[in-house]
Amino acid sequence: MIEWFTWLQLAIAVSAGLLCVGLGLAKQLPNDYSLGAVLLVELLLLAQLVVAIVAPAVGNPPSGSSLEFYTYLLSAIVLLPAAVFWGLSERTRWSTLILGVAVLSAAVMIYRMNYIWTIQVG
Amino acid sequence: MVMSSPTNLPASSPTRSRGIGGVLIAVYGVLALAASGRSFVQIATKFDHAPLAYSLSALSAVVYIVATISLVKRGKIWYRIAWATISFELLGVLVVGLLSVFDAELFPSDTVWSMFGRGYLFIPLVIPVLGMIWLTKRSREHSGESS
Repeated sequence: MIEWFTWLQLAIAVSAGLLCVGLGLAKQLPNDYSLGAVLLVELLLLAQLVVAIVAPAVGNPPSGSSLEFYTYLLSAIVLLPAAVFWGLSERTRWSTLILGVAVLSAAVMIYRMNYIWTIQVG
Repeated sequence: MVMSSPTNLPASSPTRSRGIGGVLIAVYGVLALAASGRSFVQIATKFDHAPLAYSLSALSAVVYIVATISLVKRGKIWYRIAWATISFELLGVLVVGLLSVFDAELFPSDTVWSMFGRGYLFIPLVIPVLGMIWLTKRSREHSGESS
């Protein structure tokens, strides 16, 4: 993991999640803003996957369990498309809120991933 | 947006607007995913540390998955399964929550239900109650329409 990239990713995920929750509470249907925000977070997660695969080879291994790390990362990667699928199966303002819940959950997972990589030992 | 009038809607129609229930189901889905992931890691790496707690962790993951599915599905049988699984979750979070307070050895703090779900923002404690409220409300609308 590249630390500044992860913090940036976390900041974007939290902002995107709050944006979706805000748009949902403002009774907005899923639109380019909310779906774009989800797409951005998903792309950053895929970038994180590439970073995580490459990093140990260049002398940046996880300090904690890599199994746990990848469980979080793959869960987050799967979570967002699932939320989009479920949210858009019935397009209401609640769909936007569903996107927000999923993105904020992904943010928590990113935070946990950072902890596992940098702080957790053994 | 498709909105049928309630009068010509069959009682168990899957096209009924799920409303805020969709968000509830999404939270259940996230919990199911989180519990499954955590339980998988625990059983794969340190099952011997606390076999009882980690077995329960796996059981809770399965119950969350079944609960999520049962909330999505309509019909009497799924309605009963939803009640059964959600009640089980509430019981689980209360019992394991209490046990984890009094016997930290038996229930390490990293299971979904430990300390009443503190590691998950107490969502495991709150969500079964919200689920029950939603199920009750839904079945009331349901019987109101079918009569």
